[in-house]
Amino acid sequence: MSYVPNCDQDKKEMLKTIGVKSIEDLFKCIPQELRPRSFDIPEGRSEFEVEKYFKKLAQKNPSNVITFVGGGFYDHYIPAVVDAIVAKPEFYTAYTPYQPEVSQGTLQAAYEYQSCITRLTGMEASNASLYDGGTALYEAAMMAIRITGRNKIIMDGGVSPIYRKMMYSYTSNLSIEFVEIPVTHGQSDRETIEKYLDDKTAAIILQNPNFFGVIDDHSDIVKTSHEKGVLVVQSVYPISLGVLKTPNEMNVDIVTGEGQSLGIPLSFGGPYLGFIATKKEFIRKMPGRIVGRTTDGNGRDGFVLTLQTREQHIRREKATSNICSNEALCALRAVVYMSIMGKDGFRKVAELCMDKTEYTKKRLEEIKGVEVKRSSPTFNEFAVKLPKDPNEVISRLIDKGIEAGFPLGRYYDDLKDYMLIAVTEKRTKQEIDIFIGSLEEVLWS
Amino acid sequence: MVPENLKYTKEHEWVKIEGNEAVVGITDHAQSELGDITFVELPGSGKEINQGDSIATVESVKAASDIYAPLSGKIIGVNELLEGKPETINQDPFGDGWICKIEIKDPQETENLLDASAYEEYSKEL
Repeated sequence: MSYVPNCDQDKKEMLKTIGVKSIEDLFKCIPQELRPRSFDIPEGRSEFEVEKYFKKLAQKNPSNVITFVGGGFYDHYIPAVVDAIVAKPEFYTAYTPYQPEVSQGTLQAAYEYQSCITRLTGMEASNASLYDGGTALYEAAMMAIRITGRNKIIMDGGVSPIYRKMMYSYTSNLSIEFVEIPVTHGQSDRETIEKYLDDKTAAIILQNPNFFGVIDDHSDIVKTSHEKGVLVVQSVYPISLGVLKTPNEMNVDIVTGEGQSLGIPLSFGGPYLGFIATKKEFIRKMPGRIVGRTTDGNGRDGFVLTLQTREQHIRREKATSNICSNEALCALRAVVYMSIMGKDGFRKVAELCMDKTEYTKKRLEEIKGVEVKRSSPTFNEFAVKLPKDPNEVISRLIDKGIEAGFPLGRYYDDLKDYMLIAVTEKRTKQEIDIFIGSLEEVLWS
Repeated sequence: MVPENLKYTKEHEWVKIEGNEAVVGITDHAQSELGDITFVELPGSGKEINQGDSIATVESVKAASDIYAPLSGKIIGVNELLEGKPETINQDPFGDGWICKIEIKDPQETENLLDASAYEEYSKEL
């Protein structure tokens, strides 16, 4: 049975109306090499056959690989309770909660999520979530432009190159001026930043820890930026906030981040979770929706969507964002994760990450020719210089069941000899020792 | 009934002209269509504006609506009372619920505005 009940005549008329010769013509703007070779789909198969086929495909994925790859996405432990709660059909199958009278549970979960994000970042308000860390950063830039009425953005070189690429694609048809300022000794270059701060600048975008894993207290940059009326956006790694100074303590204006590390498994392209938090004075310029706590006509506690009047379905082209949805299920994973870890658990995870990272650095320095970048303090990720091409080293270690790291040369021409290594609380001493042994073997035997 | 001494726009703003100054607000019809007003985003004082520019946003529980400049000129005053008590617009749209004051740049533009009976006629048709 066909699900598309258009006969050939219908198709012909539709194509004629829009002035296209064939269906193929509709896809002309997509480069040939990115298109499927054909749209002919094989005949239907039984459930059993389909399951067998996909199991076989899935088995091609390497399993039990020890990973030291980070770059914004990290292999943290996910307590079993996260899956148990998220799998409840009341959460799992519910659609976006537009009607408070039928979705109090979902709304309460979003409210608790917002509360957790504000406690984690120290900020006054969080929205109900965004797609991912990159789009959240783009939203923050647009928000700063709305607040200040200015259109220049300064981006620190320590901001993830993936996020910077996303920023440029999203803004490619807008007239926004971008300035990028490379890091110095792995940290933000204060002197150069100050030179570029002016009354045309809407915001400076920083990241902590930055892409090289380096931690930095940006309080001084915030102060000089505010003197010029420039807002400060900071992208953060939530797990690091278990031990680091919060964005609020640095007086940052808008905080964003990737929430994957909060109970969301690693997978290609997500789904992940973006978060954004800000000062109360800016909430009406913040994209998306906020869930508020209120009382009903009988004085009972209840939860409602507030500020959705600024969203796309009501404000159309004047909406605060055209990425109008939220990431409810991933946000739910995050709130369950944060609740189960608690403040102490969070600190413990962060401390374990740091301790294991320092142990890994020490062990790496025992290998001839390996140089750990120690010019600035790091959280759980750092750059190392290798005596051999990192791409080759990484590929040889994969064969040994180890994902060694991220080759920095992929985004930085001057860092072709460098690899980024991330260590989470999941890596055991034994795994780290195996990694060191295998790396030494790949480099020198 | 709408006050006789005011001028009106099709966007449901009222304008009270006093010499070269104009006080702007929204009509009773507009506030009742919007419902409970929860927030008013006021324009910056000193801002130069052109007739038809969006100068403020009135947010109710149902919608966020733009207020358009009925005349060109400069914003010389805003109703700060609305920051804490936006519901004043619902209670007294033609009085304490005024939104901003404009220094008129081109008195000729006032001729484009509707008088009370024309506005009443117009809003009846909606």
